[in-house]
Amino acid sequence: MSKILMKGNEAVAEAAIRAGCRLYFAYPITPQSELIEYMAKMMPKVNGTFLQAESEVSAINMVYGAAGCGKRVMTSSSSPGISLKQEGISYIAGAQLPAVIINVQRGGPGLGDIQPAQGDYFQAVKGGGHGDYRMIVLAPSSVQEFADMASEAFDLADKYRNPVTILADGMLGQMMEPVEFKETLSDEEIEALGEQHKSWCIHPNEDGDKKHHHEINSLEIDPAMLEKHVENLYAKYAEIEKNEVRYDTYNLSDDNEILCVAWGTASRVIKSAINELKAQGKSVGMIRPITCWPYPYEAVAAAIGPKVKQVYVFELNTGQMLDDVKIAVCGKAPVKFWGKVGGIVFTPAEIQQKLEECFK
Amino acid sequence: MEVIAKRPETLRNVPFTYCPGCMHGVAHRLIAEAIEDHGLINLMTGVAPVGCAVFAYKFFNFDMAEAAHGRAPAVATGMKRARPEMHVFTYQGDGDLAAIGTAEIVHAANRGEHLSVFFVNNAIYGMTGGQMAPTTLPDMKTTTSPYGRDVNDIGHPVRMCEMLATLVAPYYIERVSLLSPAEVLKAKKAVDKAIRYNKEERGFTFIEFVSTCPTNWGIDPDKSRQWAKENMLPFFKPGVFRDKGEGVE
Repeated sequence: MSKILMKGNEAVAEAAIRAGCRLYFAYPITPQSELIEYMAKMMPKVNGTFLQAESEVSAINMVYGAAGCGKRVMTSSSSPGISLKQEGISYIAGAQLPAVIINVQRGGPGLGDIQPAQGDYFQAVKGGGHGDYRMIVLAPSSVQEFADMASEAFDLADKYRNPVTILADGMLGQMMEPVEFKETLSDEEIEALGEQHKSWCIHPNEDGDKKHHHEINSLEIDPAMLEKHVENLYAKYAEIEKNEVRYDTYNLSDDNEILCVAWGTASRVIKSAINELKAQGKSVGMIRPITCWPYPYEAVAAAIGPKVKQVYVFELNTGQMLDDVKIAVCGKAPVKFWGKVGGIVFTPAEIQQKLEECFK
Repeated sequence: MEVIAKRPETLRNVPFTYCPGCMHGVAHRLIAEAIEDHGLINLMTGVAPVGCAVFAYKFFNFDMAEAAHGRAPAVATGMKRARPEMHVFTYQGDGDLAAIGTAEIVHAANRGEHLSVFFVNNAIYGMTGGQMAPTTLPDMKTTTSPYGRDVNDIGHPVRMCEMLATLVAPYYIERVSLLSPAEVLKAKKAVDKAIRYNKEERGFTFIEFVSTCPTNWGIDPDKSRQWAKENMLPFFKPGVFRDKGEGVE
């Protein structure tokens, strides 16, 4: 299949439909509006449900209801709207429902602005909603990867019955890049996907089994039962941590004198700076977490080569993933941070300058 | 021995968790009977609220979901859109539906979602211990209106049927009471109609039950019913506010 030039917001929406998403509930917000508009246009063409909810709170609860019926369902928003969805995300995690949530991040806190930022790392990775739960967080760095993550997110959500977030930003949502769509599920294949959830989800009682009774629920009023439930969740999270850690590396070698750690849009800028320095004979490597949870702690630690004198974290925030890098590095090398905020993306020249200072 | 009364198959053999004299059990039974009478046991699903009926998902003998406080109409919307072949109802109290979930109920009604909403109004928050509800009457004392509801400060009680009847889409809206056997029989007819309309995919149906809360009102069950008749019914007047099936617009 040939490549198409598309905005990230549209590419991920198209990829979600091809991955079998036939239910989408959302509320408009910049800079993800192309996503909801694409869904409004395309869902009726595949006999899917597009519903513009009265709020992000309602949208995520519609997701809860549809996910409880064992169907592939998605919502999307940008930072302030994602804050509103946190209640529902906690319930989805508690009730162990498969759902995909896309966050096209913008500047914060509060209303912030509408430019790209990475200020929602803590919210996505460390909680956001109440209670002990984890959400799988995928961080794309190109329009192609953003699109590819749609089907991956649904597969992970189905496999673990857990919410999955694609943590993009306004840059990835708004910019156009060539994208190739890899698979398109047929209606029969989508229908067959539902079978895996039949043992627990809401569905018609075709056999007339008098004992048929499934509950979609996050309430366990008996403390001993709730303890067991949360322990079961944690056993599941341990499995995810074991199986699903994803990351990418760039120019990683034993000659590296600096190891950069960056995710999403930020990592693209670092690559350009690394290339410039390479031409000057200076060796800088990078590791890019693709899953922000589960975090690639071991891979980050292993990426610190014998000559590395500095681990440098670059983010479009004031240092959020930085905490996870420090946990991973565990004192084995000095860790430094530099970030830009306010929706301003750093330039390759700025990063190059920061890295050159380390070589002095 | 001849069986003259039994639990409908639509209710599970699980004890209710309600206080003595509470009418949630009566409301549950009316809904369960209507679902059974219309042969919907294998195609029905419902959403339980937060409040005294939080465990309603355990009582009905078909698939059920438990929603966050006030979100039942949104959850039910997601369920109906995902499973259009099924029939969906929500069961909600006054705090759930008329305070924290106001946006969800208004917009589900405005979309004309194919849902039946059963709304129990007893003018108080029961489960959390008797706090003021959006339907608490003027001057009524609760734990969070200890000097009586001051309407100049916190506003007047909200009449949900009247409010929803300003919308174009709802198909059927009726307020009934559970305050006497005769009124329970009238309520049974309303519930039956709502479930029938639901089965026939007519649109959004809404039944409000005027009920009591002897425990948190601090009045015995019999006197509670009397109190409700004298104080609630004049403000929350029973009646049909919309019935497109009968030409009531």
